[in-house]
Amino acid sequence: MLHIINKSPLGNGSFDSCLRVAQGGDILLIEDAVYAATSGTATEDKMREAMKNFKVHVLQPDLEARGMADRLIDGVNSVDYGGFVDLVAASKNCQSWL
Amino acid sequence: MSEEESSVKKFMFVNRKAPYGTIYALESLEVVLISAAFDQDVSLAFLDDGVYQLRKGQQTKGIETKNFSPTYRALDGYDVEKLYVEKEALEERGLSEDDLLVDVIVLPRAEMGALMDEQDVVLSF
Repeated sequence: MLHIINKSPLGNGSFDSCLRVAQGGDILLIEDAVYAATSGTATEDKMREAMKNFKVHVLQPDLEARGMADRLIDGVNSVDYGGFVDLVAASKNCQSWL
Repeated sequence: MSEEESSVKKFMFVNRKAPYGTIYALESLEVVLISAAFDQDVSLAFLDDGVYQLRKGQQTKGIETKNFSPTYRALDGYDVEKLYVEKEALEERGLSEDDLLVDVIVLPRAEMGALMDEQDVVLSF
């Protein structure tokens, strides 16, 4: 399944909640959650650990808006809005960690 | 003390949210610009995810939202010159002063708290 997160990992518990509950599949980071896909942060290790169990995607326009495109963690898959739709369409179901 | 002096108050705008995900950052900036017109003693504090507001290189074309980050560079022209950034918040996010689009004063958390104590008015965003 697809897990969508839209909150910053340092400012909100959604990222942690998702990682505690979800058992695998895809994670898509959008809006303020894109900071979770950037290197050098206090949550980077947690993200790298999650990448062992999940395929992690990030919405590129949201990353660029925040000036963080040059900080993307290697191995995170960048998608555009079309890719967002494809992920949803290809997933059996999805949970938004609002 | 003259009447003019006594009417000047210390205002601090406390910014704790990342830009674009919520409207707080933009709203704060709007009120800062309004307050600048009243010749008050204005400080901006950037704590927690608020430090992301000052990140260099924001490109918002893809999300079709106004990029308001250049406005921080214009604050100087409105005599808003005191921009304080929480040291620990930068570090937790892998950022340094060089990653920011304006000159700031970096303060440890405790000093930021003390500065907050000194204010007449604190506006929270």
